[in-house]
Amino acid sequence: MALDSKIPHGPISDKWTDYKDHINLVNPANKRNLDVIVVGTGLAGGSAAATLAELGYNVKAFCFQDSPRRAHSIAAQGGINAAKNYQGDGDSVFRLFYDTVKGGDYRAREANVHRLAEVSANIIDQCVAQGVPLAREYGGLLDNRSFGGTLVSRTFYAKGQTGQQLLLGAYSAMNRQIGRGKIKMYNRHEMLDLVIVDGKARGIIARNLITGEIERHSAHAVVIGSGGYGNVFFLSTNAMGSNATAAWKIHKKGAFFANPCYTQIHPTCIPVSGDHQSKLTLMSESLRNDGRIWVPAKLEDAKAIREGKKKPTDLSEEERDYYLERRYPSFGNLVPRDVASRAAKERCDAGFGVNKTGEAVYLDFAAAIQRYGKEQAYVKGLDANDKNLVIKLGTEVVENKYGNLFQMYLKIVDENPYITPMMIYPAVHYTMGGTWVDYNLMTTIPGCFSIGESNFSDHGANRLGASALMQGLADGYFVLPYTIGDYLSPDIKMGPISTDLPEFVEAEKAVKDQIEKFLNNNGTHSVDHFHKKLGKIMWDKVGMARNAKGLNEAIVEIAALREEFYRDVKVPGKANEFNQELEKATRVADFLELGELFAKDALHRNESCGGHFREEYQSADGEAQRDDENFAYVAAWEYKGKPSDAVLHKEELVFDNIKLVTRSYK
Amino acid sequence: MKLTLKIWRQKNAEDKGGIVDYPIDGIEPDMSFLEMLDVLNEQLINKGEEPVAFDHDCREGICGMCSLFINGEAHGPDRGVTTCQLHMRMFKDGDTIFIEPFRAKAFPVIKDLVVDRTSFDRIQHAGGFISVNTSGNTIDANTIPINKHDADMAFDAATCIGCGACVATCKNSSAMLFVSAKVSQYALLPQGRIEATDRVLNMVHQMDAEGFGNCTNTGACEVECPKGISLENIARMNREYLSASLKG
Ligand SMILES: Cc1cc2nc3c(=O)[nH]c(=O)nc-3n(C[C@H](O)[C@H](O)[C@H](O)COP(=O)(O)OP(=O)(O)OC[C@H]3O[C@@H](n4cnc5c(N)ncnc54)[C@H](O)[C@@H]3O)c2cc1C
Ligand code: SF4
Ligand code: FES
Repeated sequence: MALDSKIPHGPISDKWTDYKDHINLVNPANKRNLDVIVVGTGLAGGSAAATLAELGYNVKAFCFQDSPRRAHSIAAQGGINAAKNYQGDGDSVFRLFYDTVKGGDYRAREANVHRLAEVSANIIDQCVAQGVPLAREYGGLLDNRSFGGTLVSRTFYAKGQTGQQLLLGAYSAMNRQIGRGKIKMYNRHEMLDLVIVDGKARGIIARNLITGEIERHSAHAVVIGSGGYGNVFFLSTNAMGSNATAAWKIHKKGAFFANPCYTQIHPTCIPVSGDHQSKLTLMSESLRNDGRIWVPAKLEDAKAIREGKKKPTDLSEEERDYYLERRYPSFGNLVPRDVASRAAKERCDAGFGVNKTGEAVYLDFAAAIQRYGKEQAYVKGLDANDKNLVIKLGTEVVENKYGNLFQMYLKIVDENPYITPMMIYPAVHYTMGGTWVDYNLMTTIPGCFSIGESNFSDHGANRLGASALMQGLADGYFVLPYTIGDYLSPDIKMGPISTDLPEFVEAEKAVKDQIEKFLNNNGTHSVDHFHKKLGKIMWDKVGMARNAKGLNEAIVEIAALREEFYRDVKVPGKANEFNQELEKATRVADFLELGELFAKDALHRNESCGGHFREEYQSADGEAQRDDENFAYVAAWEYKGKPSDAVLHKEELVFDNIKLVTRSYK
Repeated sequence: MKLTLKIWRQKNAEDKGGIVDYPIDGIEPDMSFLEMLDVLNEQLINKGEEPVAFDHDCREGICGMCSLFINGEAHGPDRGVTTCQLHMRMFKDGDTIFIEPFRAKAFPVIKDLVVDRTSFDRIQHAGGFISVNTSGNTIDANTIPINKHDADMAFDAATCIGCGACVATCKNSSAMLFVSAKVSQYALLPQGRIEATDRVLNMVHQMDAEGFGNCTNTGACEVECPKGISLENIARMNREYLSASLKG
């Protein structure tokens, strides 16, 4: 099967407008005869469900939490980008487009990214109209801050709770439609398979997580907005329930899976403290606006700190190595995430790490507290030489900007970050890979769409901060509502789709069989036991840096672990009841397949780009070395029964508007 | 640390339920409370017993999914945190810890420590939104300047995570703090004013229909709220409600 990206012709800045002018529309009266299933109620699924219902379609929305408001998007901290140029610092649609393509290390599709940049400004207008309380300046206008990888201030935010506020905005839009009966909401329901009829996606099989009942749901189209698969690593910044099942099940039914190895490791997370840990907590990247990152300059100081004989505050300015400012003078602490993460790993591998395990660097706010404190003293006409006063005033400013993050850190680490610098280390955070979609956001299964983090489309090999929220809302509010109409227009006379069709019966049986198998397995180890083992293989051999030897080993080990899992997993409880272990089992089963494809993809990509760093392909000074000649393509994998048999399809990436150059932040 | 856990076990909504004792050892002070329960569950599974069901997702204090009444307090003894942010260093070696679900008529138990909080969603369906089309044809965001003080107050109200600790902790099982947070957010913003009358009437009506109790201004909710939602919101909602009733 040849991959057709369906990118419209014409100049990049006209593509989306022209496209919208020429698609088939569905008459409002006919929309009432069309049903759409939306799996996921995060920013992508929530905004899509609300908008499709608003347009008049009958929407059935699903999420596994008890309320749409709890989707993982709620946890996003730092902000959302938009090319508004409110600050007059030179931002534009083109510049956002350019930064995003460059940030993604030239592995994203130009046409999609340009569209994203175009609609970004609308997102802010939309959210403000919905009552999302984004940060304001004293003059009453919206405030902005800057994020890694860019030189303009284009990030809109709501303290460190931007995702929460944006998701509550989408949730409120959904509530309005639920109240009007246009969305039927299925909380605590998990999609466990896709149903295809005559080659088109026509429904899903879902498990009611309270009663355990297996349900059939039909629709004219199915939209997957199920988020990313970072939890394949077990430890990550994702919510515990985040999983790949929906995306993986459609992959097994024919949707190609693109660039699985593109995973973002976020540089500013709270380091791992012990074996019992269940997740890693992110400290928003926005902290890098004010925090300076360093390690001791001398090995003996690093050692003394690790042993508790010295404190970070004992070291003078000269005894510290601000390695990002040293290596990347023009971007400094604001280099993109992949660059910052690798630089931290490099210093820690060289022995300069500062916590017990040697896997942490400092994020220090002392300079910012001083700077803000002096400024405040001056503004208020107070004594700028009074040290204690300056610290007090400066601390207030920092608290105002990042208070909730500092509190989070304090609770977890039990140390006051206003006084002692924070310890941070990179952690798995976001997956740029996902189901392959064309310009219409449709997968290789007709009628099955994929939006938000579950698709691969806009971030290439690395995501710039504050761009995921932008993509989720762009897809859901402004892109999918057009493209799905074009797809659905021939279906207006079709009428409801029966769930008695043999395809539904068959899919339901497969789901029930899998569940019965787990419950009757009577093995000796819990699901988590296997998940943790998988995570360890992934982190050690498929993590921040990879090489051919490790990847080959990982592929063999994951396949073996998968066999062991099916032989030896123990899932207590019954099928027809609330059973959290069973939920985990079906998810981990899918991670155990995805993990192998992930390693296989990383092995075949003989280059380094963005979040994918192959040790064999680096420059003398340790920077990633891309190979545009041979690898400027999207790797889209077709399922053939086993991950090892997956077939590679290539979508060549064409760069007409942005010249491919070495990505430099020096 | 060595602890004795006294946990509420209840098979399903119909089951009577009761407290079961679980001794546990090897708990580290830097574990979170939920990680401690993970350890317990792993042990139960290995012994062939059923693990304890409890709700959780983000494990960083923002999704509002985790709950638990711990030693008689919603989200346990620490202030300003959810259960997933509660750490075992708050307890001592040898402690006995009571763990129960959030109890309220409007929050029926599903299993063990898991309760159904969808009554909160239904209150939101009744009016927790601004009626704006999501098509994107809205006016430029900066054409409605908002006073920073109002914007900050709206934000503070908007940070409610819908956890239900306020209800669980209230002797009347009142949902006033939760509902007032939402009402306040919109009441403070110019965009939300237009529908303010209907909103407050509809939401309060639904709140009553769900079986939540009345507010008697005890203030326990504010104390237990992990997000510091303040009682001022209840006062604001009462004002909104009163003026809406007079109008209506
Ligand atoms: C800690 C953290 C901070 C972040 N900060 C930022 C930031 O500041 N800026 C930014 O731009 N991005 C940020 N991100 C990334 C961003 O939050 C996510 O990429 C984005 O929210 C994903 O949205 P989504 O709608 O695609 O998926 P999600 O929000 O993950 O939603 C997935 C939905 O799918 C449902 N679901 C999944 N599987 C199934 C199934 N099988 N059946 C039924 N329902 C299912 C879930 O219930 C949920 O409703 C952050 C991420 C993390 C982890
Ligand atoms: S008001 Fe506070 S306690 Fe009540 S639901 Fe909101 S966050 Fe939870
Ligand atoms: S698990 Fe999300 S708030 Fe506790």
